[in-house]
Amino acid sequence: MAKKTLKTAKQKSTFWNNFILIVICVIWLVPILGILITSFRPSEEIFRSGWWNVFPHKENVEVERIVLPESVDLDGSFEILGKTATFEEFRNTVELDDGRLITWYGNKRTRTAIISEVRWVGFATNLTLKNYSDVIGGKTISYKNAEGQTITRTGNNLGGAFLNSLAVSIPGTIIPILIAAFAAFGFAWLEFPGRNTVFTIIVALLVVPLQIALVPVLKDYVNMGLNGTFLGIWLAHTGFGLPLATYLLFNYISTIPRELLESSYIDGASNFTIFTKLILPLSVPALASFAIFQFLWLWNDYLVALVFLGEKNQTVTIAVARLVGEKGQDWHLMTSAAFVSMILPLLVFLGLQRYFVRGMMAGSVKG
Amino acid sequence: MNVVEAKTPTPDGNNSINKILAWFGTTLGQILVSIIVPALTFLVLWQGYLFLQRAKAPQIVQVLVAIVWGVGGVALLYVVTNWLVMKLPKRISKILQPFVFVGPAVVIMAWFLAIPVFRSLIASFRNYLGTEWVGLENYKFAFTDPRMLETFRNNLLWLVFGTAFSVGLGLLIATLADRTKAEVIYKSIIFTPMAISFVGAGVIWKFIYTYKGVGVGIQEIGLLNAIVTALGGTPQPWLNLPPWNNFLLIIIMIWLQTGYAMVILSSAIKGVPAELLEAARIDGATEIKAFFSIIVPYIQGTLLTVTTTIVIFSLKTFDIVRVMTGGNNGTNVIANEFYLQSFTYTDAGKASAIAIVLLLLVTPIIFNNVSQFNKSRRGF
Repeated sequence: MAKKTLKTAKQKSTFWNNFILIVICVIWLVPILGILITSFRPSEEIFRSGWWNVFPHKENVEVERIVLPESVDLDGSFEILGKTATFEEFRNTVELDDGRLITWYGNKRTRTAIISEVRWVGFATNLTLKNYSDVIGGKTISYKNAEGQTITRTGNNLGGAFLNSLAVSIPGTIIPILIAAFAAFGFAWLEFPGRNTVFTIIVALLVVPLQIALVPVLKDYVNMGLNGTFLGIWLAHTGFGLPLATYLLFNYISTIPRELLESSYIDGASNFTIFTKLILPLSVPALASFAIFQFLWLWNDYLVALVFLGEKNQTVTIAVARLVGEKGQDWHLMTSAAFVSMILPLLVFLGLQRYFVRGMMAGSVKG
Repeated sequence: MNVVEAKTPTPDGNNSINKILAWFGTTLGQILVSIIVPALTFLVLWQGYLFLQRAKAPQIVQVLVAIVWGVGGVALLYVVTNWLVMKLPKRISKILQPFVFVGPAVVIMAWFLAIPVFRSLIASFRNYLGTEWVGLENYKFAFTDPRMLETFRNNLLWLVFGTAFSVGLGLLIATLADRTKAEVIYKSIIFTPMAISFVGAGVIWKFIYTYKGVGVGIQEIGLLNAIVTALGGTPQPWLNLPPWNNFLLIIIMIWLQTGYAMVILSSAIKGVPAELLEAARIDGATEIKAFFSIIVPYIQGTLLTVTTTIVIFSLKTFDIVRVMTGGNNGTNVIANEFYLQSFTYTDAGKASAIAIVLLLLVTPIIFNNVSQFNKSRRGF
């Protein structure tokens, strides 16, 4: 008997659990859905009505327009379709007895009233891919100004920015991992003076805010001509990513059984051979976890790219942020651009979520 | 290791005269090769760099070359340096080799993080160009200027509300989802924003908060204003309205970070022994009581880690504010003020002082991490 009540209580709680979770999930998804739908709507419609209007809904639909003859005096009360009201009242919409609405169109001089009716409107059908082609394309527009100089303007060129982001993110992921793997092996298995001290400093560097480095390093870059180059930003991302990468890989590599390495040393293998033939293959899970983590971080990074890459070789985040700054009301461009910038990380993320979670758990010491 | 040395190829035929000459020849040859090979490596890498600098090739080609050059270059440098060190007498190479492994990482970390701490510290006591000492002038700005006080207030709001809601909601979702069949689906949905950049999230939420103005026949296209209108309210330019705009920005952080807290807490909750919970239920504890008296104490270590991570995140928040409001209308934060001082007003002194303030804010966490690490690895 007691068992039965327990069970029903549990079922009830399961219902509420699901209910609350579904509500939260809807709240979480609606923002993304909003820009996804908007990115496929024609620009004039985006501005005219909310994106939720693509779903079936009731709406005031214009059924006819009535133009009043010149003889009707618009000062004072007058009659439209048997309804008498003043101009102000008509302008604020008057309801007819059959439920239709009369709304004055514009000012008095138009002499036009719009009759509308609340009707069901189905799914919107006029969705378009034009926003995407506009924003991805890198059309350069040339024109001559008043002094006869030719002005060339590049389009949004998000396609180019996408390639730049790849050029930043792929080496920016592999290089620090490679360097960190070498270092982690060194710290875990090789003896050298100062090992403990140096590694403790690396642990301390884990949460140092990268802002501390931006001004001094930018100064070095300007002196060395590295500013705005891919090499420069790879180095920067390597520098900022190395503490975490070294720390994580150290934790992983130091758990590899000692006997495994010792037997290889006895067989006469050098440190380098052991590293490339034994340590690297064994560390693949840890390397993969960190790689996904670092890749997403680089792809989504804004600050480092803004400081060291700037407008030259702009990445997707910079391109999107620029759009927001320059064309803050062009929602058709901004939403499609945002989606282009999100598509790759979303795919990587959904495809490799398991690895990502593992990397994140291990890395939860970093800010 | 002798094996490896014996295998190294003899560079040329000089060693055919007699044994002594051969020895000299090989050594000389080896020295030559030792110089030529790294020089060649650097030359190749440098040419690649120049190509990237002034390339007129189609962008896709440039990008591919950049990727191959960057990744291949680093690998090549390791191989060559290691090869070089192995050429040295065994006694020396044994001492040097660890530095081949850890050296590059240590040098890069020193350049990009460790040394900048001191360089920024020095710069924070100098004027905007870094030409003269100004004493504590920049710190006076950093701690007393109304601009900075505003950023402190806002960062405190981010820290308190952002962290509390991210962790609280994450814990709630993790606990609830743990008892449902569709757990994976719920968790994936909440987690998805983690893959989205702050800039992308900025666009998403800017669209929600957008405002069209008041007028006849205007339909609000921003979700928030549409809801407000539907409930009979007047639409507002939300992002221009202090202090509410701060909270609207913090909501974005919560949207992004709850998934992180949820995933980590969820795996901690799964570690709570089932017997413990069963025992509590048999003793008549309600679900809520069991949650607070068993689950929460059991996972408090994880809760602390998650909270710390999100606190650090909230202190360094930048992108969201930059994209949404640029720090205007009372929404400025420390990291944005740092950006403005260093790149808009180009005041290296003030910028460095602000960076040092940020560093000071995370210092307790640094000490905690180091002492935790030393505790866990006594004897290394």
